[in-house]
Amino acid sequence: MPIRYVIDRSARYLLLLSALVSIFVVFLIGLFTLREGLPALREIGLGSLLTGRVWRPQRGEFGLLAMIAGSVLVTMGAMLLGVPLALGCAIFLAEVAPDRVRAVVRPAVELLAGIPSVIYGLFGMVVLVPLVRRVPVPGNTGFGLLSASIVLAVMILPTITNIAEDAIRAVPREYKEGSLALGTTHWQTIVGVTLPAARSGIVAAIILGVGRALGETMAMIMVIGNSIIFPKPLDNNPLTLFLSQARTLTGNIAVEISYATGLHESALFATGVVLFVLIMIVNTTAHLLIRERAR
Amino acid sequence: MSRKTFMLTGLLVLALAASGCRPTPAPTPTPAPSSTPAEAGLSGKIVEAGSTTVQPLAEKLAEAFSAKYPQVQITVQGGGSSVGVKSAGEGTVDVGAASREVKDSELQEFPDLKVFTIARDGIAIVAHPDVPLDGLTKEQVRDIFAGEITNWSDVGGPDRPIVVVSREEGSGTRAAFEEMVMGKEGPPIVDTAILQPSNGAVRTTVATTPDSIGFLSFGYLDESVKALAVDGVEATEANAASGDYPIVRPLNLLIKGEPSGVVKAWLDFILSDEGQEIVVEEGYIAVK
Repeated sequence: MPIRYVIDRSARYLLLLSALVSIFVVFLIGLFTLREGLPALREIGLGSLLTGRVWRPQRGEFGLLAMIAGSVLVTMGAMLLGVPLALGCAIFLAEVAPDRVRAVVRPAVELLAGIPSVIYGLFGMVVLVPLVRRVPVPGNTGFGLLSASIVLAVMILPTITNIAEDAIRAVPREYKEGSLALGTTHWQTIVGVTLPAARSGIVAAIILGVGRALGETMAMIMVIGNSIIFPKPLDNNPLTLFLSQARTLTGNIAVEISYATGLHESALFATGVVLFVLIMIVNTTAHLLIRERAR
Repeated sequence: MSRKTFMLTGLLVLALAASGCRPTPAPTPTPAPSSTPAEAGLSGKIVEAGSTTVQPLAEKLAEAFSAKYPQVQITVQGGGSSVGVKSAGEGTVDVGAASREVKDSELQEFPDLKVFTIARDGIAIVAHPDVPLDGLTKEQVRDIFAGEITNWSDVGGPDRPIVVVSREEGSGTRAAFEEMVMGKEGPPIVDTAILQPSNGAVRTTVATTPDSIGFLSFGYLDESVKALAVDGVEATEANAASGDYPIVRPLNLLIKGEPSGVVKAWLDFILSDEGQEIVVEEGYIAVK
């Protein structure tokens, strides 16, 4: 057999191997997290872990509801702020911007992805938190969901922008030409033809942003306050909910793991399991959605 | 592609669920063999683990000792006070470190544990520099951290809500604070407190948040925060050494059984004048 066929064959197996390794690693991490969390899941029970409002490991109370609410709310906040911004940015880059402008904006957005999250956290802590603190509501410390959502919105910007831009660019030229030929304006074409055609890619981009937001840890610890409370409005205005401090699931693990032993440690791994499942649900939903749309 | 990824995700869920049904034995960490103390001369290895408050001090003490006896290798690890007690008691390390008193329950579990206090550390009550108060009583501090006093006007300050900053649960500094200020059976720290995972983060938070109050190890005090007098006693090392300042905790090294060999030599060095000088240099209070 000629040598190039041998190379061809072995290259295929090597590539397969790399693919298998990555699956194996995910599998191992999931298994390990579950194994470490199992004693807590058994002793505390999944039900009381998920619905318990009080987390006081020293007194044997392990309830994750406050942290689940914290993670979900901060992600929602980041989506509300970040998605319109990222989509606007993606449409601008794909459809509107002249080449010279794009050559500046695009690397700048990509640069955002390269900033370490601790830097975002630091920026949030010394710049955003004091700004948010100026909102005159009693009990507002600046640390909380709003500051965290703003930081997170910026952090997910490059993820959503890049993928959404690719999706918009992938829309066949004929679609746009057809629309424009019917006499629509550029904006009408973007809203009526390009965006609907790129919908599945855009949804995927947003869901990936959600996954990224749920998993963010360091920056969250620095600006969200880490208080173990179920976020609630500080006064009669329901929007002040976002001025409340909170703690995320990721933060719960990172803040406490270095000191935890025994059941406490296991409960933190159980937190990891909850996070893992949450992210899997998000990703599965994304794929289901994309499949539905594709039909 | 999306279909395959979806199926993979499904597979993972199944696998996780399947392994969840199978009773997995709880992981039991096997104790690592502890290092062998040298017979003659001073050579050997010491592994220390535990309190992160003790860690920088232990590193300095290890460095100085190794400089004297190049054959001795000391490894200093963190992990927290509870880890320090546990790993020394179980014999997985030669020396454990705890920045609080060893609890009765822990001494019951590990009756062979010998406790050596190598330094003392004061815990300062700190406030944002603009807080116009110079001191509080211990009871006031307790009530503020318990959430019973929520406004500075209740302790003679301006009519502003108090922002409580604390360490996370499990921290030795928090445990020592709770034991000495809140009382053993006392109220828990209010759950609206901002929690920060290190002394440094607490300092930054208090320094940048108006109307805030927190607690810090003496070693972390600087001019960015205002240390409040407690019961009229200033938070200074002199007052802590004399016993006047009421919130002082021991920094303990824990050894299973009587210390011997290279471990004993290190301990003797720490408690010698030379070792205690390092303790003072690092901002802690000497025990002699």
